[in-house]
Amino acid sequence: MIRFEGVHKWFKKLHVLNDVNLHVKQGEVVVLCGPSGSGKSTLIRTVNRLEPIDRGKLIVDGQNLSDPKTDINKLRAEIGFVFQQFNLYPHLSVLKNITLAPIKIRNITRGEAEEQATVLLERVGLAEKRDAYPAQLSGGQQQRVAIARALAMKPKIMLFDEPTSALDPEMIGEVLQVMQGLAHTGMTLIVVTHEMGFAREVADRVVFIDFGVILEEATPEEFFKNPKHERARLFLKEILSPMH
Amino acid sequence: MQTGLDFSVIWNNMAHFMIGRYPSGPIGGLMLTLYLALIGLVLSFVGGLVLGLLCVSHNRFIRYPTLAVVNVIRGIPLLMVIFWMYFLLPALIGRPTPENWTIIMALTVFTSAYMSQIVQAGIEGIPRGQTEAALSTGLRPFQAMVHVILPQALRNMIPSFVNQFVSMIKDTSLAFIVGVSELTHVATQVNNRTMVYPTEIFIFIAAVYFIICFAFTTLSRWLEQRLAWRRAI
Repeated sequence: MIRFEGVHKWFKKLHVLNDVNLHVKQGEVVVLCGPSGSGKSTLIRTVNRLEPIDRGKLIVDGQNLSDPKTDINKLRAEIGFVFQQFNLYPHLSVLKNITLAPIKIRNITRGEAEEQATVLLERVGLAEKRDAYPAQLSGGQQQRVAIARALAMKPKIMLFDEPTSALDPEMIGEVLQVMQGLAHTGMTLIVVTHEMGFAREVADRVVFIDFGVILEEATPEEFFKNPKHERARLFLKEILSPMH
Repeated sequence: MQTGLDFSVIWNNMAHFMIGRYPSGPIGGLMLTLYLALIGLVLSFVGGLVLGLLCVSHNRFIRYPTLAVVNVIRGIPLLMVIFWMYFLLPALIGRPTPENWTIIMALTVFTSAYMSQIVQAGIEGIPRGQTEAALSTGLRPFQAMVHVILPQALRNMIPSFVNQFVSMIKDTSLAFIVGVSELTHVATQVNNRTMVYPTEIFIFIAAVYFIICFAFTTLSRWLEQRLAWRRAI
């Protein structure tokens, strides 16, 4: 579904992605983790070309992202993206946040789009908030709306870029539950997160990245029980028991 | 010999100040001032929007020439632009242009340049994440601009737009230089005819400009509050 082949990217002189090779199969749930500044956000943002790559090959849903013939807008419609900062449209109601793209891109009627949005809102547990504005919602609610907005395009792939990092602790659970529900539908998921509980329970594979290099790829059991790379061991220690 | 101010000259010429020689002649006075400003506002809103969008284009062959034009216009006095239009416009279209349109075009070109800067700043003031969110759902860049960025940006721009409009109302007074009979021109006519009331006449004219401009500024403040973001609770 997604295949990185020798992908490199630089920000000025900083080598943020260094020879990344990764294959994510259809229906797979992959958790990307690593220290801050490791390049994990950049990596996930290359998948829908929010960040273009400088070298190598990136194939998503059978299309080469570097090929000028690839219609990136069309491809992006098949890839849901959830941001750390939610990025809901503040001038639109929850319902309109969700229906905007389907109406404009999928050419369905407003009625159909609203019906579908209502179903999605029920799924993320926010049916009663359809007419609210983003600023009237809590962080966790906003993020769930953002997930519903991404799902409204019926994407084949969902990308989550630290979806719970901007949330108060008591709201993290509600968002993770929605994501877990998604994982069980067989959708292809890539999740950048520090929520190791989520990785352990939901991920098929954990990918550890640092300095733009993939250092470790393993099943969650393997990764947590017996991390091979020294940096991964250090990272897990930091994140699982930060006081030591 | 006259002592003190005699405002009867104002009342006696009120119709002239307000509507010029209308209905026996063309409309003039305050009505013409408002007419020029209103048409100028609509045209320079469109002009400013287009120029502003070109200014934020990712294509440098579009962005830099537009920025150059905008900065040239901003760097010359309005009076120069009016003279340009006065001599250039007829030459360009090959026939004489009505003075009203000379002024409207000059105001539009001049104000569009300023408006474009407001539009540019307004668009750049919207967080990058908004564009990214819109693009990530598959919207094309233009759709993201129209449905996500501009509605937010325009709302933030309203106060600056009204400021420009108020400036434009005052700028219409320069139209008297090419003989357009707007408020200031009418005032000089009445002054020339009555000879001895310049103080009264120009106090009155200043008051009229002030009231109109103050009204619009107040309106904008009210509008701003009505359209204020629904803030977090």
